[in-house]
Amino acid sequence: MHRTYVKVLEDVLDANGTIAAANRDDFDRAGVTVVNLMSAPGAGKTTLLERSLRGLDVRVGVVEGDVASTLDADRIAQLHVSVVQIDTDPSFGGECHLDANMVRSALPSLPLDELDLVLIENVGNLVCPAEFLVGEHHRVMVSSVAEGEDKPLKYPLMFRACELVIVNKIDLLPHLDFDLDRYLHNLDAVHPGVDRLLVSAKTGEGVDAWREWLVRVGRREAVPA
Amino acid sequence: MHELSLASAIVDTVERHAGGRPVTVITMRVGALRQVVPESLELYVELVGRGTVCAGARLELEVVPARLACCGAEWEPPSFRCPSCGGGGTVVSGDEFLVESIQVEEVEACIART
Repeated sequence: MHRTYVKVLEDVLDANGTIAAANRDDFDRAGVTVVNLMSAPGAGKTTLLERSLRGLDVRVGVVEGDVASTLDADRIAQLHVSVVQIDTDPSFGGECHLDANMVRSALPSLPLDELDLVLIENVGNLVCPAEFLVGEHHRVMVSSVAEGEDKPLKYPLMFRACELVIVNKIDLLPHLDFDLDRYLHNLDAVHPGVDRLLVSAKTGEGVDAWREWLVRVGRREAVPA
Repeated sequence: MHELSLASAIVDTVERHAGGRPVTVITMRVGALRQVVPESLELYVELVGRGTVCAGARLELEVVPARLACCGAEWEPPSFRCPSCGGGGTVVSGDEFLVESIQVEEVEACIART
């Protein structure tokens, strides 16, 4: 018996990337723009979707990712948009993120040809979702002021992975010690110049700008810097 | 949790290259920007690798420091902002996540002659 050295030089996430590319091809063939929405648990992704999807001027579908339950999909279904729930617990080992294969498994449940825009609400987690492409065209993260202004410095991987940061729960600012200027300074330190929108999914403040962003990407118009 | 997901992907990658042979060493290059805790990754590769060709394999990690570049200068995080122009620097190194090589056992004696 002897030992052999085998050169591999392969990115560990190549296999996921291959499936993500297949998803992306399917989305492009159907003319659908896909947005991967990521955040920590409780940042307000589902509430933001509830606030922003009703009466949107593009045809929307939603993929809900959670470890367990259909609570979020049930909420989104009230808006009369196509929704499919992926629970990672029973089928995918309780994974803390969606990967390309999980999203691929959900595609037959969505009428892609009848949609302009699909929002994928990822599992709440500030690390893993940033690692796994799912075939999306845009990556957006929701960050709430209740999480503290140091989060960009603690989770640079996530804050660097997105092109737009939605700063949610700004209605809470008067009640918190959160220093918004310092937060934005920290955000610019890890992702200089990244687009940001200040919103309150609860009061609706700033949500129109987010809706306009969704319509623009849903129509595949250039998003102004 | 992060390391658990990545450990599964590592074991999958190694299995594709091992050709069924038992793996003794997995050598990886991991960039500092990947926010991986080496001890945690070792533990999970050991767990996920049980019952596969990776069972008992030693994980050797080379952590690649993060370097950013812009305006002719290079620097290290935490700041990703160019000290000269204020723009975002380009990542020169630090986002690698590669299985560089593996060491496998050739078990000729086990191949039955028919």
